[in-house]
Amino acid sequence: MSAIKKYFDKIRPNFEPEGKLHAFRSFFEGMETFMLVPNATSKSGVSVHDAIDSKRIMSFVVIALIPALLFGMYNVGYQHYLAIGEEAGFWAMFGYGLIAVLPKVVVSYAVGLGIEFTVAQWKHEEIQEGFLVSGMIIPLIVPVNCPLWILAIATAFAVIFAKEIFGGTGMNIFNVALVTRAFLFFSYPSMMSGDKVWVNGDYIDCINGVVNVDAVTAATPLGEAAANQPISASFIDSVTGLIPGCIGETSVIAIAIGAIILLWSGVASWKTMFSVFVGGAVVALLFNAASDNAVAQIPWYEHLTLGGFCFGAVFMATDPVTSARTECGKYIYGLLIGAMAITIRVMNPGYPEGMMLAILLMNAFAPLIDYCVVQGNINKRLKRAAK
Amino acid sequence: MANVIKLRKGLDINLQGKAAKKFVDVKPSETYGLVPDGFYGMKPKVVVREGDEVKAGDALFVNKAHPEVNFVSPVSGKVVAVERGDRRKVLSVQVAADAKQVFKDFGKKDVAKMSSDEVLKVLLEGGMFGFFRQRPYDVCANPEDKPKAIFVSAFSDMPLAADFDFVLKGQEADFQTGIDALAKVAKVYLGVKPGADKALADAKNAQVTVFDGPCPAGNVGVQINHVAPINKGEVVWTIGPEEVIFIGRLFNKGQVDFTRVIAIAGSQVNDPAYARVMVGQKIEDILNGKLKKAERHQRIIDGNPFVGTKVSTNDFLRAHTTEVTVIPEGDDVDEAFGWIMPRFNDFSTSRSYLSWLQPKKAYNLDARIKGGERHIIMSGEYDKVLPMDIFGEFLIKAIISGDIDRMEQLGIYEVAPEDFAVAEFIDSSKLELQRIVREGLDMLRKENE
Repeated sequence: MSAIKKYFDKIRPNFEPEGKLHAFRSFFEGMETFMLVPNATSKSGVSVHDAIDSKRIMSFVVIALIPALLFGMYNVGYQHYLAIGEEAGFWAMFGYGLIAVLPKVVVSYAVGLGIEFTVAQWKHEEIQEGFLVSGMIIPLIVPVNCPLWILAIATAFAVIFAKEIFGGTGMNIFNVALVTRAFLFFSYPSMMSGDKVWVNGDYIDCINGVVNVDAVTAATPLGEAAANQPISASFIDSVTGLIPGCIGETSVIAIAIGAIILLWSGVASWKTMFSVFVGGAVVALLFNAASDNAVAQIPWYEHLTLGGFCFGAVFMATDPVTSARTECGKYIYGLLIGAMAITIRVMNPGYPEGMMLAILLMNAFAPLIDYCVVQGNINKRLKRAAK
Repeated sequence: MANVIKLRKGLDINLQGKAAKKFVDVKPSETYGLVPDGFYGMKPKVVVREGDEVKAGDALFVNKAHPEVNFVSPVSGKVVAVERGDRRKVLSVQVAADAKQVFKDFGKKDVAKMSSDEVLKVLLEGGMFGFFRQRPYDVCANPEDKPKAIFVSAFSDMPLAADFDFVLKGQEADFQTGIDALAKVAKVYLGVKPGADKALADAKNAQVTVFDGPCPAGNVGVQINHVAPINKGEVVWTIGPEEVIFIGRLFNKGQVDFTRVIAIAGSQVNDPAYARVMVGQKIEDILNGKLKKAERHQRIIDGNPFVGTKVSTNDFLRAHTTEVTVIPEGDDVDEAFGWIMPRFNDFSTSRSYLSWLQPKKAYNLDARIKGGERHIIMSGEYDKVLPMDIFGEFLIKAIISGDIDRMEQLGIYEVAPEDFAVAEFIDSSKLELQRIVREGLDMLRKENE
C-alpha cells in the first residue's frame, strides 16, 4: 500500500507545472485517485463523511453491466455460428464474440476517456467518473457490425456536444450513451438498422486476421414485425437473449441480474425502473385491443422483452443526471418513457426501436416535470404566507 | 399530554467514544477568552482595554449594530489581550481570571412579577441576549424585532452530542425560571425527545412537543418546520437549552454564571465523559490528560463531528458549544482502491458497502472526505435525511447559482446550515452543503438589509 504511495510521490514532480510531463497532469491525478483514496480532510461543515463517492457508484453500475456484456459476447458468437450453419462449442462462440466485441469497448473507452482527460487538463479540474458508465453502455447498444471508426466519431460527438459543453458529468441534459446511439442512427442509418448489421459473418482467424465473407442477413424480431412479417424468435429466446439485436440488449436475464445489483445497492431508482415497465405494459395492452398492425399485436409481455426496452429501462432511464430528480417526478418520467417507447414502435414502423427516442425525448422533458413538482411546494409556501 | 410528532427521514450514526454518564474533573484555566465568532452574524465592538479589571458579568464587547446587546465576561479578572486577525477582526477577548471570583450583582428577581420589557432589559444587560439566534438567517437576534415565538430544542441527536437530560440534573429549577423568563418575551415552544426528563416533558409556560425520529429531529429548525413554519417577514428566536439555564441563574442568583456541562467525547478520548466547564475556557485545559496517545494525527472539534468547528488546543470554548470531540484526522491513512474494497470499518448508507450488515456497530471515522467534489449526480439523496417540507437539492442549486427569488420560494428562511449536516455527511458528490447554505443565508441577509 505504501509502495504505491511512494511510487506516486516519486513521479509526482514530473507532472507539476514545471515538470516535463505536465501535459498529463489530469491523467496522473486520475490514476492516483483511482489507486489511493485522497487523504484530503474536510475544511468546513461535517468532520466525518460517508464512504460513498461517485467512483464507487459508477463502479457499481459498470459491475451491473458486466452480465449483459458477457452474454452479449456469447450471443454474438452464437448468432454467427447459427448463421453460417456450423456447430461450435461454448468457448468457441464466446471467444468469437470476445474478439468481435472487445475492440468496441476499447475504442469507446479510449475516445471518451481521452476527451475527459483532455478537458480535465484544460479546465484544471479533477477527472469525472461519469464516462466509466457511458463507455461501457455505448458498445452494448450498437449492432455488432458497426465499424469502429464510426463508433469513435459518434462517441466523440456525444462526449463533447452532449456532455462537456454543458459542464461535464452531472450537468448534461441528455444521456451520453443515447446521444451516441442517436448520432449513429441518424448519420449512418444503414449501419444501425436493416437486416445486414446484426450478425457478424466474418471469420476471425488468429493467423490470417479477419477474412471477409458475404454479409449474413438476420432480422431482429422488431424488424420483422415492422415489416409485417411474423416474428421468428420465440418468447423464451427473447428472454434468454438468443436473438439478433444490439450486443448487450438481447438478454432479459442478464439485464435482470444488473437490475438487481443496481436496485440493491440503491444506485438506480426503483421508482423510475418500475414505472417504465408499467407505462410500457399499459400502452402495449391498449394497442393490443385497438389496432391491427403487426407490431401492435405483439403481446404486452413480449413487447417488454424485445429490443432495447429492458436495457433502456434498467440502465438508461435510471441515469440520475438526465432523469427527473424529484421522487414524485420519477413516476411520471418512467411512465411516459414506457408509454412513449411502445407508441413509437407501433405507430412508426420506420423506427422499430422506440426506446432510444423515448428516453431522449423524456430527458428533454424531465426538467419540466421537476418544475411542476417543485412549483407545488412553492405554491404551498406562498399560500401559507398569505394566510 | 404533549403532542408527539413522528419523523421518518434522517440518519443516526453510531460513533465510537460516546460520553459515559459521569463527571470528570477539569481544572480552571488561567485565561478565559470570549470568541465573537461563536455568536455568528454579529460585528463586535470591544468596550474594554488591555489592563482593565472586569467582574464576571461586565461587558467585554457589544454588538456594533445594537450596542445595547452586551457580551459579558464569564470570569472576573484582568483583560490581558484583545486578539485580532486579518483586517483587525476581533478573534477573542481574553481575561486572566482572579483567584477569587467577583460577580457583578444584577439583583435577584421574581420573573412572574416582571413585564416583557423588564425581562428583555435584564437579558440585554446580563449578556444573555447574545445567545439568542434568529430565523431567518440563523444569526444573532436583533433586540428590536418582535419574534413570533421562541423555540428551544431540549435534545440533540447529532453523533457524540451531549445528552441534555443528563446535563439538566440538579438544574431543573434554573431551567424552569429561564423558560418562565422567555415566556414573558414571546410564546415558547419546547421540543423534547420521547421519554424525556419530567422537568422537560412537564415544563410550564411552554408548549411541549415530542419529536420522535432519527437525527436531525433534535435540530430546532426541523422542529420549527413541523410546529409553526416561518413565512417571509416573520422572525422567530431560538436558544440552546443550556443557555436557558444561564438565564434562569441570572434571575435566581442575580449573577452571571456561564458554567455548563459538556460532553468530552470521540474515539481519541481515553475516558469519554461529561465535565463542568465555563464558556471561554481553554480547550487545552479541557482536554488536558484525556487524549489517547497520538499514533495518528488528531482533530479536535469544538462541537460534534456534524456541526462542530475544527479548533486547536489554544482556542477557547465557544458560546454555544455543548461538547468537545476528538477524532482521527486521517490525513496520513493512504488507503488503496477504496472504490472497490469492502471497507468493513467505514460507515456508509449505501448498500455498496457492508455497514447495513452491522447496524449496531460503533464506527471510528476520521475526517477524510473520501472522494472528490462533483456536481450533484445522484438525485434524492438529501431528501432522505432532511425531515422538512423543503426540496433540499433544488434549494442548494438555487444558492449555488445565486438566484435570490428562487431561494426565497424554496424556503431558505426556514433552514440553517446545521439542518443540512446529515445531508452533507451522506452526499456522494461531497459538496460542502453547510458552507453553501451559510453563503445563501448571508446573501439574502445582505439583500434584505
